[in-house]
Amino acid sequence: MESMGTLHPSTLSTKDLHWRILWNKDTCTLCGRCTAVCPVQAIELGVHRKRTVNVPLGIKDSPATALSVYHGIDQRTDPAFACVGCAMCSMVCPNDAIVPVLNEDVDKQRFHINTGGIPRRRGGRRNAPGSFLDQIKFVRISMLTDPALDAGRHEFEMRTLLGRILPPEEALKFSRENGWIPPVREIYPLIVGSMSFGALSPTMWEGLQMGVAYLNEELGMPVRMCTGEGGCPPRLLRSRFLKYVILQIASGYFGWDEIIRAIPEMKEDPCAVEIKYGQGAKPGDGGLLMWYKVNSLIAKVRGVPAGVSLPSPPTHQTKYSIEESVAKMIQSMYMAWGFRVPVYPKISGTSTVLAVLNNLARNPIAAGLAIDGEDGGTGAAYNVSMDHMGHPIASNIRDAYLNLVKIGKQNEIPLFAGGGIGKNGNLGANAAALIMLGASGVQVGKYLMQAAAGCLGSESDRCNICNIGQCPKGITSQDPRLYRRLDPEHVAQRLVDVYLSFDTELKKVVAPLGRSTSLPIGMSDALGISDRNAAERLQIKYVV
Amino acid sequence: MCRLFAITSQDPLTPMVALEALNVMKEGHDGSGVGLYLSDLAGDFEPYKDYPILSGIFSNAGMKKLDDYMLARGFRPKFERAIRPAKPAPAGTPRRDVYLISVYDYPDDWKYLPKAEVRLRLMLTRVTLRQMGIEDGSMMVFSFWPDTIMLKEIGDPLEIADYIDLNDRNILARNILSQGRQNTNYAITLYACHPFFVQGVATMTNGENTAFVPIREFLMSRNFPGYVGYQSDSEVFAHILHYTYYNLGMGLEAYKHIITPLKDDELARHPETSRLRLLKHTCRPLIIDGPNCVIGFLPDQTLFMVHDSKKLRPGVIGGKPGIYCCSSEICGLDAAIPDRDRDEDFQPMKYDIVYVDKKRREIKKWNQWEPFTHPH
Repeated sequence: MESMGTLHPSTLSTKDLHWRILWNKDTCTLCGRCTAVCPVQAIELGVHRKRTVNVPLGIKDSPATALSVYHGIDQRTDPAFACVGCAMCSMVCPNDAIVPVLNEDVDKQRFHINTGGIPRRRGGRRNAPGSFLDQIKFVRISMLTDPALDAGRHEFEMRTLLGRILPPEEALKFSRENGWIPPVREIYPLIVGSMSFGALSPTMWEGLQMGVAYLNEELGMPVRMCTGEGGCPPRLLRSRFLKYVILQIASGYFGWDEIIRAIPEMKEDPCAVEIKYGQGAKPGDGGLLMWYKVNSLIAKVRGVPAGVSLPSPPTHQTKYSIEESVAKMIQSMYMAWGFRVPVYPKISGTSTVLAVLNNLARNPIAAGLAIDGEDGGTGAAYNVSMDHMGHPIASNIRDAYLNLVKIGKQNEIPLFAGGGIGKNGNLGANAAALIMLGASGVQVGKYLMQAAAGCLGSESDRCNICNIGQCPKGITSQDPRLYRRLDPEHVAQRLVDVYLSFDTELKKVVAPLGRSTSLPIGMSDALGISDRNAAERLQIKYVV
Repeated sequence: MCRLFAITSQDPLTPMVALEALNVMKEGHDGSGVGLYLSDLAGDFEPYKDYPILSGIFSNAGMKKLDDYMLARGFRPKFERAIRPAKPAPAGTPRRDVYLISVYDYPDDWKYLPKAEVRLRLMLTRVTLRQMGIEDGSMMVFSFWPDTIMLKEIGDPLEIADYIDLNDRNILARNILSQGRQNTNYAITLYACHPFFVQGVATMTNGENTAFVPIREFLMSRNFPGYVGYQSDSEVFAHILHYTYYNLGMGLEAYKHIITPLKDDELARHPETSRLRLLKHTCRPLIIDGPNCVIGFLPDQTLFMVHDSKKLRPGVIGGKPGIYCCSSEICGLDAAIPDRDRDEDFQPMKYDIVYVDKKRREIKKWNQWEPFTHPH
């Protein structure tokens, strides 16, 4: 018979966990809200026996043990129920009696989150707090020889183009001859990155859509939002708001049956079609929506059965070569809307980016290239993919841009950068840096989830449970009990706040550089960094 | 900020007219360079209008090198004005052996070439000589083109003119660009001195061009061998005009729409939205971000001036039939044509471009809101 004291290899103490719950018995009111709200049941009601030794004065009575019971919480040490640090317990506690804290030690939990031979899967981000983009400074300040501009009062035109732009000579020739000119969209350079209906909750998606519509229709900011791979709600497909939407098609083709069928009924063309070949968070791995989140609504929109995991293949299975993937697929998607909608691929950051780019450059209609760097986020991925796979965005964008300069096509194929922009809160500066390295615009997801919806994720492995649909803020959950916590109106309002503040920040960066009439794409002479190797690699100034 | 003065006149003028106007505007230039562009020549060069003229600065060794090169390629010297300064050089002006203005006859095998090929070869000759000169410092070549002379030197404009006795040399012209430079390009080099010239297009600019790097990258990636240099951020204005004129086959209206396009919401209200939007999209890297005032001549001898919206102190154009000036300051214009009708002076604003064609009868004004009628 096994003794009660047996230790299993995965038996942990609270000291071994990544997040430890600190609980104050004196202030706890035993209301139970923390245990109720915890998304992973990391804490439970604890009934504790306490022994006290009473030592009476004098010799009449001998010391005696008194046993009492007190109630409180217990933190579970089973790795399957480990605290994720979301701190919803602190948020609901009326007395601030409970808080999760990071283990100052390297936790032991990480060695045991593979029970059953399944490596850790999670949502979120790379959990690498440093940001290379934060190191880039804007050093070409206009002083005396030309005026720095007033960011608050000067007129700025901070728009970008999405679409295949012809060389001027060709465009004028086609114009004279009434030839076909590829569609080009004038858009705001900060794009709501691809987050699918399914990865996000209905309330979050609705909030983002409402915010985007408000920005366009009330504030005149041509903001666009990419659907991600999850289809698009039928009413949106048939509404005039579709023009603010970039439809994504990826290797699972989820939702495309519905989209294709809706084409004859569309009042507006979508802004563009993004063909996803890869994403920064899990490069070379397909999309994944785990079964927890595939409820009947999501299943209907995507055209799949409910309750099954939806892993997209790592590549488009019907395409076996880059010629097929790029040339044929781009052409097919163009054809679907009568060549009125720009179609561009999105790839993960990779050292082979130039091979893709050169192929696009030879294709006459590819409308751009989106590159998602290693700091991109995701709703679900294997931990190892998220933490260790991928390519930093800065050098990828720079290489791609300089390569386009070399072949004279820097204005013809706009590059869009994604992955870790604003990861430490510096959205405006990071976006401006990438634009000056050569990006025509940036795609942002995590920052918007944090700022517009209060996502709790951070670079210290906090929360990160988007994959199982337990998002405590209701952002990435399909459980109505959770997503009702999120009011779409508030999300929309916050999204507008974010865009307005970003706009001001962008102007505060470009105005001192003397730029106002066009987005400073490729204005690399404005950039500096105190790392000599990085300066050399990116061909920007080395400054100390 | 650099001072600019341009004049176009029915009657030939000495370049001293322009240099004296620069002198009136002296507080704005610092002696880091003076540049002159002369065309529609008169005086000693009048008989040679159809022949290419080489302008530059040479050491004695450079002269030898030049002769060897030109003779080897079949150019025969027809007429030459080699200025070897005898006076002591003004303070700050480097001592040079020869300021050369030399007229050549075309090589025999060029006779039946198409005009475009002749243009290309003349430009290639200039660029090659320039490159040869950079290697050993023996020559600087500013232009090699029919009916065109360029002079550049470091120093005060009037002192330089006196130093090389410019007034006494019977070098006259009907079109003149002159710039008194205020150095903002870190190094004082003559190749950074305006006006800039390429295949008959000449421009000069004042103000900083903050969009310089992406514009330069775009121009250099056109693979046109004449788009070289860029010691000054202002050189791109000449090259953009050249690109507009020769590659796109368009004129000044298009140039204005390319360098300072209307904003997206303005374009939506313009009668020719789609055409202009196409131009704006395709030429996006050529959008300037001033403040800049550009003054120049087209190959057809049209004088023009244009500003961007940030130019808070615009240049002025004025004059009378037969003679017109563009000047970065009104005092320059006053000095050159005091007896004009001042009410006719015009300071173009952000949507305007002004020009005077070769007939020199009137100032023509064109505004970006007007129909875009000159696709050429």
